[in-house]
Amino acid sequence: MWLDTLVQGILLGGLYALFAAGLSLVFGIMRLVNLAHGDLIVFAAYLVLIGVTLFGLSPWLAALLAMPVMFAFGWLLQTAVLNRVLGKDILPPLLVTFGLSVVLQNGLLEGFSADSRRIPAGSLEGASLDLGLVTVGVMPLLTFASAIAAIVALNALFYHTALGRAFRATSDDVVTAGLMGIEPKRIFAIATGIAMVVVTLAALYLGMRANFDPSIGPARLIYAFEAVIIGGLGSLWGTLAGGVIIGVAQTFGAAVNPEWQILAGHIAFLAVMLLKPRGLFPRAVD
Amino acid sequence: MLLETRALTASYGQFRALFGVDITVAAGECVAIIGANGAGKSTLMRSITGVIRNEPGMVLHRGEPIGALSSAEVMKRGIAMVPEGRKLFPSLTVEENLLIGGQMRKVPGPWNLDAVYELFPILRERRNNSGTALSGGQQQMVAIGRALMSNPELLLCDEISLGLAPVVIRDIYAALPKVRAGGAAIVVVEQDIGKALAVADRVYCMMEGRVTLTAKAADVSRQQIHAAYFGEAA
Repeated sequence: MWLDTLVQGILLGGLYALFAAGLSLVFGIMRLVNLAHGDLIVFAAYLVLIGVTLFGLSPWLAALLAMPVMFAFGWLLQTAVLNRVLGKDILPPLLVTFGLSVVLQNGLLEGFSADSRRIPAGSLEGASLDLGLVTVGVMPLLTFASAIAAIVALNALFYHTALGRAFRATSDDVVTAGLMGIEPKRIFAIATGIAMVVVTLAALYLGMRANFDPSIGPARLIYAFEAVIIGGLGSLWGTLAGGVIIGVAQTFGAAVNPEWQILAGHIAFLAVMLLKPRGLFPRAVD
Repeated sequence: MLLETRALTASYGQFRALFGVDITVAAGECVAIIGANGAGKSTLMRSITGVIRNEPGMVLHRGEPIGALSSAEVMKRGIAMVPEGRKLFPSLTVEENLLIGGQMRKVPGPWNLDAVYELFPILRERRNNSGTALSGGQQQMVAIGRALMSNPELLLCDEISLGLAPVVIRDIYAALPKVRAGGAAIVVVEQDIGKALAVADRVYCMMEGRVTLTAKAADVSRQQIHAAYFGEAA
């Protein structure tokens, strides 16, 4: 029973890590906290839903097609809006992304109503796998595997490509990166575009696993934010660990009393902050 | 003319740092810019490289105005900078620091990883170290190598001897003739007058944001420099 709860919690952590990976990426490179991150996930979920319901695509294909659209959206958002407010003062980007959050929520409400929707996943929805000691749902397993795949891919990009080198250099020192021929604003636009691709992946699982409506973005932002902070800013594996800690706390909380699920996650976050204020895997330079 | 500044002015808010500076650098030439702390040497470098933006016509590269370009655009024209304080990227290894210097400007030329490692052999041994784990002299070698990786026409060296032991400074300066042999022009900004005069063809001395002396390095006298450097008769 407890083992089962633990495994469910770890797998749930995969979903939270997916929510958080894009946030972590953007924060790591440009020190921007995107308060609209949760709403962008919901926005992407509606985009996938359109592909499925309007064009009859499979959810996977719809998400695959939504990814370049979301990349372009992120690129444009960064170029047209966020680059203008990034600077020494952290308040303007917070205000702008808060405003974006409100705009997205109301825009989605206007376009899709407040009805809760779900991305139909066919036979996958109830499928489970008997692993002997525990039985796990195929969907949570796929979510977790996707989170790991996303983190492996992002780390490969970060540490083994010229673009990743430019990301890290820009994160270290914008002025010197400029002297290397790097345009920081272009780097930021690409980074936000990539974050939106991860957001689309997160949206796919968000929409297939449970119902969603235009108002649920901010709560996803909080889970994502807590996962990033627990893990230590800028470390993607730390973000996965943070997601797992929140997920495990939530499933154990729910096992004790269903009303305690959300609260237990937040308490775990506070506990980590008390013991390790900089998170579990803080970067050496910051 | 490879590089030219015309009546270049620069300010930090209310504070005026440069008052109409005119310098020229010909292709393949080595020019020294000397002056005391606060004379405006680093501001001049920051203005040329686009860290500080100016009127377009205040800085000319091969006759074309580049004063209003971004650092990245200036760099892609072949003007590479070794910034004051070395400014290695702490998240990058030594080799990655070198690679990033050349990844945005790929032109044929004498400089690549192997050539830089030949110039500074110690860097090959430390290639996988974090740049910031190195000694000051080794960090300076990385900063110079990083700038060379783009095969620049003009290499700007801002205070490359600052804070280093004399024996290390000698090693670093020994690399400059090899850089010239590769075809690049060099500007060295220095407080160490002796070092600067030893490598340069021509010298500018700056004081309080103005050029106070322009001379051939071989002809200039101690008295002239003293007067231009401190603003008083020797």
